[in-house]
Amino acid sequence: MKNSIRGSIKKSLLYIVLFLGVLITFFPFFYMFVLATRSRAEIFSSTQTLWFGDHFINNLQILRDSVPIFRNLFNSIFVATIGTAFTMFFCALGGYGFAKYDFKWKDKLFFAMLATMMIPGLLSIIPWFIMMNYFGWMDTFYPFIIPGIANAFGIFLMRQFMESIPGDIIDAARIDGCGEFEIFCRIILPISKTGLSALGILTFLGSWNALMGPLLILQSEEMWTLPVALTRLADSAGVDYGATMVGASIAVVPIIVVFVIGSKKFMAGMLEGATKG
Amino acid sequence: MNSSDIKTNKVTSDKTKNKKTDRFRLSIKSAPYVFISPFFILFLIFGVFPILYSFFLSFHSWDGIGQMEFVGLSNYAYVLNDDWFWESVKNTFIIFILTTIPQHIIALSLAFVLNSGFVKMKEFFRGSYFLPYITSAVAIALVFDVILGHRSGLLNAILIQLETLPPFAFLFDSVGLDLPVRWLAEARWIRFSIAGLVTWRFTGWNMLIYFAGLQNIPNSLYEAAEIDGANKRQVFTNVTLPLLRPMIFFGVTMSIIGNLQLFEEPFILVGGDGGAGRAGMTTAMYLFRTGFHWRQFGEGSAMAYILAIFIVILSLASRKIFHKENDL
Repeated sequence: MKNSIRGSIKKSLLYIVLFLGVLITFFPFFYMFVLATRSRAEIFSSTQTLWFGDHFINNLQILRDSVPIFRNLFNSIFVATIGTAFTMFFCALGGYGFAKYDFKWKDKLFFAMLATMMIPGLLSIIPWFIMMNYFGWMDTFYPFIIPGIANAFGIFLMRQFMESIPGDIIDAARIDGCGEFEIFCRIILPISKTGLSALGILTFLGSWNALMGPLLILQSEEMWTLPVALTRLADSAGVDYGATMVGASIAVVPIIVVFVIGSKKFMAGMLEGATKG
Repeated sequence: MNSSDIKTNKVTSDKTKNKKTDRFRLSIKSAPYVFISPFFILFLIFGVFPILYSFFLSFHSWDGIGQMEFVGLSNYAYVLNDDWFWESVKNTFIIFILTTIPQHIIALSLAFVLNSGFVKMKEFFRGSYFLPYITSAVAIALVFDVILGHRSGLLNAILIQLETLPPFAFLFDSVGLDLPVRWLAEARWIRFSIAGLVTWRFTGWNMLIYFAGLQNIPNSLYEAAEIDGANKRQVFTNVTLPLLRPMIFFGVTMSIIGNLQLFEEPFILVGGDGGAGRAGMTTAMYLFRTGFHWRQFGEGSAMAYILAIFIVILSLASRKIFHKENDL
């Protein structure tokens, strides 16, 4: 009896801590939405506001006067979508190559590929910038799409998923006269949905949230992605926090929606991929 | 023409088609090389070349426009004698320590609790904790900027309320908290603020890594430990922790690589100049400034190589601590 009371107290304490954690993770988002509906004066007053106000439309107007935010939103969607589509295809292709074939130097090449993940990205940032300039890729989206379409992490992740594909169905397709590439497109891709969605979400997030590269490459405001627009907005003199929070919300809401929809699949994919390690 | 004729016809036409495309058809031998080649080609162009070029640049003086000049090791000498560089290294390491340790301790405990089976709504908690990781660092840093404000910031308002309670007043007094705190304008607090934001963002990610690791541990081991009379804490320290070591090694190494290159959070929170006393200037930010603001490509490249050496040293140290011979 005494034990069960102590147990339930312990349990409720545990839940309190867990919910406190949820509060800490959720609160900044909630507060962002609240601030997006508050005027600059309200935000900087000494009385705290924790509920929605009525300045949203006004803030949006200020935001649109300072940056072409919807154009920036479109750019972000465009870069992330195209980049993710290509990345999913090429990483799946590479992952399939490593998972289901035997070839000379396979292990060595795979290890070499994994080792490249340990290279700090900053090491190449200056030459990367010079190269993009040399290619005439300044102020274009190519730098955020092309270099990353076949990346080590993606290929590694896809290989993890594809190892468990039974070799029989591949052999059967070969006997039926399917070419190797055809097998990949018609059989392998469709059955790799879990892995592809995990990779797709991660790639999309990475592209959507990227800052340093876009900050260097995208110079005209029509080409900015959302993080660049937000940075410029925050840098400008006399920042209007209400308007900035509207911009921040525009950057965050689509991602939350994508995550909430894909979260179950994504978590399953990540956990499955990791446990196969 | 009867149906079998059609069939044979189709087969022959398929065959001729096959013959035509045979040249483009991949054999089993060549297919894998073709499939993995995009990575190696792209890595050669956008990975290997820049790294070598960076090495080359680090021995030259160049602003990207004028004449390139060979200067030997003087870029390295300059960086290693540059006070601002060492300040940035100090900031980076302090922030790294302030965020990595709490991140991994909280993540491990959360993963352990969520995996242990007596918590309901596991998926809800897991998803919630992961949410910060997926959101834009810029957007979130802007919100933290307001929350951490000096006079009108919410955190200070909460702390001032708490101060009216004696135990908190004593606590704040003993850690030297002078309310309202200038979280983003006073050198000694800036690093805490940045570390707080980074911890908020990445704890969920580490939790997921550990959660995945925990799922790999067979239940029979826990049962065996329980039969032997071990309590929860003993199970955690004697069964879970040792078996999680490879995952801890992976997670900590990722934190080293990520946090030593920390850029976005401080860049937004305190601005590109590092804020008061440059306390928020990380090495990545200083590198960014040297390379792109001041256009010193040579010195920037030398700095990048020195930073990479620090990362390698720390990663090896983490390997020494968390990795044992018989692991993976």
